[in-house]
Amino acid sequence: MTITPESVVSARDLGLTFETNDGPVNALTGVNLDVNKGDFVSFIGPSGCGKTTFLRVIADLEKPTSGSITVNGTTPEDARKNRSYGYVFQAAALYPWRTIEKNIALPLEIMGHSAAEQKARIERTLDLVNLTGFGKKFPWQLSGGMQQRASIARALAFDADLLLMDEPFGALDEIVRDHLNEQLLKLWDRTNKTICFVTHSIPEAVYLSTKIVVMSPRPGRVTDIIESTLPKERPLDIRESPEFLEIASRVREGLRAGHSYDE
Amino acid sequence: MEKPGLLRESAFPIVVVILVVVIFWYAAALLMNHGAALDSLKLKGIETTPLQGWLLSLALERPLLPAPHQIAVEMWNTTAQLSVTSKRSLVYHAWVTLSATLVGFGLGTALGVLLAIGIVHNRAMDKSLMPWIIASQTIPILAVAPMLIVVLNAVGISGLLPKALISTYLSFFPVVVGMVKGLRSPETIQFDLMHTYFASSSQIFWKLRWPASVPFLFASLKVAVAIALIGAIVGELPTGAVAGLGARLLSGSYYGQTIQIWSALFMAAFLAGGLVLIVGLVEKLVARTMGAKPERMAA
Repeated sequence: MTITPESVVSARDLGLTFETNDGPVNALTGVNLDVNKGDFVSFIGPSGCGKTTFLRVIADLEKPTSGSITVNGTTPEDARKNRSYGYVFQAAALYPWRTIEKNIALPLEIMGHSAAEQKARIERTLDLVNLTGFGKKFPWQLSGGMQQRASIARALAFDADLLLMDEPFGALDEIVRDHLNEQLLKLWDRTNKTICFVTHSIPEAVYLSTKIVVMSPRPGRVTDIIESTLPKERPLDIRESPEFLEIASRVREGLRAGHSYDE
Repeated sequence: MEKPGLLRESAFPIVVVILVVVIFWYAAALLMNHGAALDSLKLKGIETTPLQGWLLSLALERPLLPAPHQIAVEMWNTTAQLSVTSKRSLVYHAWVTLSATLVGFGLGTALGVLLAIGIVHNRAMDKSLMPWIIASQTIPILAVAPMLIVVLNAVGISGLLPKALISTYLSFFPVVVGMVKGLRSPETIQFDLMHTYFASSSQIFWKLRWPASVPFLFASLKVAVAIALIGAIVGELPTGAVAGLGARLLSGSYYGQTIQIWSALFMAAFLAGGLVLIVGLVEKLVARTMGAKPERMAA
């Protein structure tokens, strides 16, 4: 096993089996993957393919049962203790009793930043996600898309280099989603973070990523890894280009190959 | 704009119910006291019209069922017309009971919250404690109260504290049950978030579990404060206490002073209502600072 200095996540023959009442379930088997610094990696596949489970293994929210994985060159547990990643969940998971700025302050309070530092970081991250002026609002006063942006701001606030996003825009409508995808790319460009992004939308995966990991279920495994040839500068209408459609069709093929629709 | 409408909407049904109750009450008082009224007239040998008989049944000194206005007059006389330090003042007796209630409520709330914290954080406490807590509430308080007071008296503790402890005994229960549920109420995703921050248990408690449990706490406190009052009154009954609403009830029943009993009962009801109302107001204030939606606050 070799780890290049650039490697942020490195998985070798990783497996995870859940023991359930109906017998063992292979959530992940034989996953080999490298995520390098500055990558935008999407994980795509039907439900049950283990894409969220893999993200949770990186975050030390699940423990693998076989193989090995390093995050920032250490175990996921140490990476978590070093606060080396920010996690964005499917739901915004904002604490309803805290205002938006207090929600963003939550990780900063826990990590012991000074009040002045907190204030500066809240201001900066609110600006990053275009929510300046909404700091004093409570979560219920914001739309779903704004709430999810606030949760991204919260994940960015403590300056982790790695951002783990688990279908963050899955519950939002198409128009809001397009807008947030565009903003996310800009943010990635500005902050030079490494992003792991779980989705089940092919256009979203192709539009955002430098690397697309196609996964399939029963057992959860990686069936294809596609390096994107799209330029870093990506206006929304790049989705009409032949290059884009070509990558999208390769992703679709990968999904079809790994999944029998007759089931 | 909405408020007056809301007020009218909620006030109207209440007024109707009160009216119906008062009408039935007067009818019942007339019927139940009529016999006694005729007897007393006969005893005095006064010849009367039937109307006078009926009127007297609403003005007896010791009626079977006092009429509402008799209770109102008695309450007025024993509250507004007397100094609050007078032993006959209902305000004085209410305060004696209220002070024990508040001490017991405070202790019960603290005990309930502490037990809930233990149960939520410690598996052994979770498994071992809950059955005992539930069993404690199946024992009739009327049986426990005299023993507790006698035992405490024997070790030199008397006065307010034994009564307060009976209030505690009753009021900690809803707080434990509510707070165990409340402290466990955050969603998995909210706990996961804390896990990704590598937050300590005390940070998880103060920043997640505690604020999430606040609505549950207030729901419990409303029940707890009302039964704390009952606990204090029950604590006054078996001991021959000389002061407090329980003492008024007891002495009233010894001497057949039904009007006194009923006015003490009403005082207890007003106290309980007032206490629940205060808890509700504090709840609304807290909810507002914690950013609850206005609709939820109105409910």
